[in-house]
Amino acid sequence: MSKLEAAPVISAHGMTRILPGTVPVTLVKDIDLEIGHGEFVAITGPSGSGKSSLLYLLGLLDVPTEGAVHINGAPTEDLDADERAHLRLETLGFVFQFHFLLPEFTTLDNITIPMRRLGKRSRKEMDERAQELLDALGMGDQAHKRPDQLSGGQRQRVAVARALANDPAVILADEPTGSLDSKSTEQVFSILKDIVDKEGRTVVAVTHDIDLAERMYRRVHLIDGRIDSDVTIKSGKR
Amino acid sequence: MLSLITDIALTHIAGRGRQTLVSILGVALGVGFSIAMAALMQGSQDEFVTSLIDALPHVDITDEYRDPPRQPADLVFDLAAYSNLRPREDTRGILNATEAMTALRAFVDGNAVASLKVQAVARAGGAETGITLTGTDPAREALISSFDEDMRKGKLEDLRASPFGIVIGDKLADKLTIDIGDTVVVSSTGDITRRFKVTGLFHTGVVAQDNAYGLVNLKAAQIIAGRPNAVNEIRVRLNDAQSARDVAAQIERLIGYKSVSWQEANESLLEAFFIRNIIMFTVVGAILLVAGFGIFNIVSIITHEKSRDIAILKSLGFAERDIRLIFLSEGLAMGLAGSLLGWALGFGLTKVLSSVKFEIEQATEITHLPVTFDLMHYGVAASFAIIAAATAGYLPARKASRLNPVDIIRGAT
Ligand SMILES: Nc1ncnc2c1ncn2[C@@H]1O[C@H](COP(=O)(O)OP(=O)(O)OP(=O)(O)O)[C@@H](O)[C@H]1O
Ligand SMILES: [Mg+2]
Repeated sequence: MSKLEAAPVISAHGMTRILPGTVPVTLVKDIDLEIGHGEFVAITGPSGSGKSSLLYLLGLLDVPTEGAVHINGAPTEDLDADERAHLRLETLGFVFQFHFLLPEFTTLDNITIPMRRLGKRSRKEMDERAQELLDALGMGDQAHKRPDQLSGGQRQRVAVARALANDPAVILADEPTGSLDSKSTEQVFSILKDIVDKEGRTVVAVTHDIDLAERMYRRVHLIDGRIDSDVTIKSGKR
Repeated sequence: MLSLITDIALTHIAGRGRQTLVSILGVALGVGFSIAMAALMQGSQDEFVTSLIDALPHVDITDEYRDPPRQPADLVFDLAAYSNLRPREDTRGILNATEAMTALRAFVDGNAVASLKVQAVARAGGAETGITLTGTDPAREALISSFDEDMRKGKLEDLRASPFGIVIGDKLADKLTIDIGDTVVVSSTGDITRRFKVTGLFHTGVVAQDNAYGLVNLKAAQIIAGRPNAVNEIRVRLNDAQSARDVAAQIERLIGYKSVSWQEANESLLEAFFIRNIIMFTVVGAILLVAGFGIFNIVSIITHEKSRDIAILKSLGFAERDIRLIFLSEGLAMGLAGSLLGWALGFGLTKVLSSVKFEIEQATEITHLPVTFDLMHYGVAASFAIIAAATAGYLPARKASRLNPVDIIRGAT
């Protein structure tokens, strides 16, 4: 196994994020966390405990005030905004509570956008991969619809497909099933689980749903911006 | 990658079709009007300058000096003062005119004629009027002025056959109620009187010339003036009218007499053209500035509307530069589309303007508005528009690119 894969895919070291202001707000405090390849991590905690904030920091969307985030063992604090963006493009995929698809583009085009930005495939290969992803998520016949012609669950599956477009090592999801009914929730959850079980990727998902969290392989519980407990039920592939 | 940027930009523009169209039309109007205006301004200026160059000698050498001759006392005393001094009337005209002509012929690319200008009074029947006589060599005169082409009756060269023949303006003939073949009595200020036979009539369109101007043989003018062999003006017509300034300076250095180029003679007119051009560019600039505000406005609106999309793109891994490019290209696209449309509009307007006919009072000729087609006008107008559009797109684009995706994503959840 290569040295790169031996290192945790994402790790936080003494990470604190304080929002400056007349009354500074501490979002997360003293976070030490190592997430390896093939892990399926639930981030839980009461509302306002800093789950989303932690996810943004791990996904390089936000920058810690203290401490550091490492991706594949490499520190990121010296990267500028555009370098962090490129790292996101190549190794991280986001799924948010609301689908956040571009409304003017078709399902297929939404999925090819990150691939086109990366520019490592030909247009034909991009379309083929997008179609494969849609097929795999049971959305093969929806390729040419626009987001507003899809149901909430379908949109969220497209969002997952888009997050997977560039073969990221990690999917970061913030309440991906938070706005879905139980049937759609089940579909999206099993897709995320397949990403881990079948493809060996890492999924880190914030969730309020205790049931879902129980079915994931590791649970990180936050309280007031700190890690309250970190339980691994089934370890990732090593 | 670039196609992705333009794809995204196009969906934004398409989503605001009507406003985009208005912005594009604004640019098109600015570009179109500025092209039509420039064509008209340039056209009238060109026509005017051409008629100037046709009507006037390109270099006019007179028997004057740029600095009045120094008084003898000046040469001896540092602080000499005079009062009630008038320069002595110099009746000698241009001295050594023949040598001067020879020298000119050696280096001037064009033609020159030496002539004597005399103020006189013309009488016929009971009528009497002041007249400026130019005594000249008819054959050379034809080469340096346009009188030859402006002849309405008779020919300029008919003068050669009649030593006391005269060619006058048609309005002057009307005033004196005479016609070709009639006799006119001309008296100089020195009280020398001769009878001249009218051998031709001209119409130059310049009222001052048609009203009070006459051409005679050089010898006849010298007799009327009582200045045998005198010449007080050398007029030069150059093959390249634009070189007149340099040639005039060269001549003046060589022979000392005041040599005035047509540009110098019409300095204030040319200056007026310059000011007119500045005014034109200011107006055009203002139109395009307004068009620029339109673009600024719509790109700003789009960046606000699409702030969620910007956050998505940034979370997907788009760099700030990509976001800037998206909105900058929206502004640019509007500037480009507006410029293209403006070119067509400007071309059409120019065509329409050039086909407008109008009649000048009394004159029989029907005149068109003068327009000049110059690709430069198209280039300048479009560059102005595109620079304005790029700036108008860049400012909101820069702001949008700095947007923090976390703020938007938090706001939406
Ligand atoms: N821009 C901000 N200004 C002030 N306080 C903020 C800001 N953003 C977040 N917070 C606060 O920081 C804390 C952590 O927020 P965060 O969104 O990470 O919590 P969360 O665990 O995701 O909550 P939820 O379950 O409701 O999504 C909260 O108390 C929130 O009110
Ligand atoms: Mg949250």
